[in-house]
Amino acid sequence: MIERLDYATLQHLWWLLCSVVGALFLAMTFVQGGQSLLWQMAKNQTEKDLIVNSLGRKWELTFTTLVLFGGALFASFPKFYSTSFGGAYWVWIAILFTFIVQAVSYEFRKKPWNILGSLVYEAFLFLNGVVGILLIGAAVGTFYTGSSFQLDDNNFVTWTSSLRGLEAALTPSLSSVFNIAMGLFLVFNARTLGAMYLINNLELGEVPELEARLRSACWQNLVLSLPFCLGIVVALLFMPGYGIIDAKGTIGIVSFKFLKNLLANPWLLGLLLVGLVLLLYGVWKTARTKATYGIWFGGLGTVLVGLTVLLLPAYNNTAFYPSKDHLQSSLTIYNASSSLYTLQVMTYVAFAIPFVLAYIAYVWWAMDRKKIGIEDTSDGAAY
Amino acid sequence: MIENLDLGMVNWARAQFTLTAMFHWVFVPLTLGISWIIAFYHTIYVRTGSEEWKRLTKFWMKLFGINFAIGVATGIIMEFEFGTNWSNYSWMVGDIFGAPLAVEGIVAFFIEATFFAVMFFGWNRVSKGFHLFSTWMVAVGSNLSAVWILVANAWMQYPVGQSFNPDTARFEMQNFFEVALSPYAVDKFTHTTSSSMMMAALFIISISSWYLLRGRHVLMAKRSIVVAATLGLLASIFTAFNGDESAYRIAQVQPMKLAAFEGLYEGQTNAGLTVFGVINPDKKVYNDQPAFKGFNIHMPGVLSLMATRSFGTFVPGMKDLTYGNAEHNIMGAAQKMERGKQAVANLDGYRKAKKAGDDAAAATQLAAFNQNKEFLGYGYLNKPEEAVPPVAMPFYAFHIMVALGTLFILIFLCYLYFSLRNTLERKTWLLGLGTITYVLGMIAGQAGWIVAEVGRQPWAIQGLLPVTVARTNLTAGTVQTTFFMFLVLFTVLLIAEIGIMVKQINIGPEEN
Repeated sequence: MIERLDYATLQHLWWLLCSVVGALFLAMTFVQGGQSLLWQMAKNQTEKDLIVNSLGRKWELTFTTLVLFGGALFASFPKFYSTSFGGAYWVWIAILFTFIVQAVSYEFRKKPWNILGSLVYEAFLFLNGVVGILLIGAAVGTFYTGSSFQLDDNNFVTWTSSLRGLEAALTPSLSSVFNIAMGLFLVFNARTLGAMYLINNLELGEVPELEARLRSACWQNLVLSLPFCLGIVVALLFMPGYGIIDAKGTIGIVSFKFLKNLLANPWLLGLLLVGLVLLLYGVWKTARTKATYGIWFGGLGTVLVGLTVLLLPAYNNTAFYPSKDHLQSSLTIYNASSSLYTLQVMTYVAFAIPFVLAYIAYVWWAMDRKKIGIEDTSDGAAY
Repeated sequence: MIENLDLGMVNWARAQFTLTAMFHWVFVPLTLGISWIIAFYHTIYVRTGSEEWKRLTKFWMKLFGINFAIGVATGIIMEFEFGTNWSNYSWMVGDIFGAPLAVEGIVAFFIEATFFAVMFFGWNRVSKGFHLFSTWMVAVGSNLSAVWILVANAWMQYPVGQSFNPDTARFEMQNFFEVALSPYAVDKFTHTTSSSMMMAALFIISISSWYLLRGRHVLMAKRSIVVAATLGLLASIFTAFNGDESAYRIAQVQPMKLAAFEGLYEGQTNAGLTVFGVINPDKKVYNDQPAFKGFNIHMPGVLSLMATRSFGTFVPGMKDLTYGNAEHNIMGAAQKMERGKQAVANLDGYRKAKKAGDDAAAATQLAAFNQNKEFLGYGYLNKPEEAVPPVAMPFYAFHIMVALGTLFILIFLCYLYFSLRNTLERKTWLLGLGTITYVLGMIAGQAGWIVAEVGRQPWAIQGLLPVTVARTNLTAGTVQTTFFMFLVLFTVLLIAEIGIMVKQINIGPEEN
């Protein structure tokens, strides 16, 4: 069955699958958002423990989704993996650093003899929640604005900026503004989602003041995210992009490239608009009513927005990882992908994804039927 | 291809991978092994309803959780390090190597991540049956993840199911099943998981012995020991047998590695296995110095038996594999280099002809390349001696690993014997030894990886891709900086982990 699909279809399919995983990761960053809200929302130890124990039961899923995102890109678009990770070295090392310290922080934070003290582990969570997501956002921004690299005849990368990826945010240019805006949008969106998740997951009757603060934070972070979101959308409508301009696969700069992509794929525009509406609805219900289900709309909305963000720079003959220094080194889904055979094999493996999603959904439902309350923070296994 | 090669960078990148892999391996075997033992304890609790078994299960689960968290932390860097420090490798073999990592994510990591939360927090949230199922699923997920990462590692040692594509300048997968079901991968998985079970048994025995010496939690400690010693004994015997099978496989596909970890410079018929010896650091393949300094002991014929399944057969030494041995029809690295360099030249010629649009010349160059392509990696070596790995490290590591593995079988036997006679509490000498066995187990585990990874140098992919080509184009200073960054971070986290673990053990199961 899979063998009947041609190479280009599989390349599109695998970019879609990677984008779905990436978009799910963005939705799951409610964990990081919640972490960044910890000090601001919790006014006493009980509230702090409630937030940590609620997020602590999901952090691994977010972490694993990120790892799968990396693994799927490695398997299906290895040239992107080798170019970006080997080239934008400091960005990826910094992102990894924040996820390494996150991984131990839940388990170690309140354990006696943890050497560093609770505050340091909470700072690690904050660092992961803000810096980790900001840098991931900036890295995604370079899908649109381009990076500084060249590939040789062997497709080996040479990064032409000594900042090794940090130039995406640190050099004074419109590209940096765009990349930082993408990062800040993801940070504030994660905080919005974090507030909505906690509203949904905590036994609110036990902590009415925390509930009020969370509902308010949900609204405030949406408001903070909107200028960045709108700025990105407006920029996308006007900015040039890097596209394939002839049958030989030559890359050139194309004016209004992303607007053209949206017009060529109106369903992407649909995804973006539906995603934003769902997100706004989720926030509205959470911030302005007593509803606790806003996270489901916010999460789904983020998935749809995330899908648009990841598909727009790749489909319609666009270079998803453009080189500003050497246009012909730019990566497209055609020149960066694995071989036809590997994509076919991986597509069979991908049939497992619905089963994975199904058991995650079941376990989520089974474990979250009962909200996290104060008694859960004193359980022997509590974080 | 490798102009402006910065060997300093390559060595720092190797050091960094060693650092991260060894830190990771401090925690992973315990996770792999103890997850099964906890599932076993949990099953006994569900079947008997005994609160003592429940307390015991929760106690070991708690220690598992502490260990698991830092295992995850040290693991994420490994996946991404292939890209950051070894980006040429990621491109050249990503078509094959990436697939097992993605499969690992899809079929294993999510099982672990999802059921982990149920295992820890599901006591009063889900049914007893589903809770137990989740505990088993954590063990299944952890070990499934080991399957796929070991498939990937085995492929680096024995690169089957692939071919080089001169147009894309990379190796591409031709047969997934050859990669996934490679006999090398099967050996690696069985050896790794059985030794991990042994490690987990040692962990439980260490802590339980300490309790017995202190007269604390006696019933829990005795029960834990009986289960752990039984599983540990079975696992350690199995580990010894599949270790022997691994050595046989190495002899077939990585004879240089076998010669290195046995310190065998000159090939021998009826070759003996070294039981004891001190490597002469001045000995090289190109000089006639003795391989060992002073006293050494060999078991005649046993290395031949291990490598070929027959006494009296010839086992090639490092010298034969470097310079060749016509009598035994062994092609040396020197000869392979000639053919490899021819392949590199033909590849270059093929590309130039393609660029010039000269199809006839391209076809000729390609045909010539195909004659020598299996030696492509050797074309990037500068001298035949570069094909020889460091000898002392794998030699000592191999012998320490085997000696400790044998000791563990005896320790498990003693624990079982005295437990069955109900005299274990009085055997303070054994309990004292048992208390430190986990540390010995960690040494054995690390030694195993030194044998596997140092022994395959200079290759990232055996015979096809040397580490000097596999690297990222970074300066040595950059990698040096991140090396020390990770060294400090992981050391701090390790100290914190040990501190937390010791405190939890000191508190014991009652308070947990």
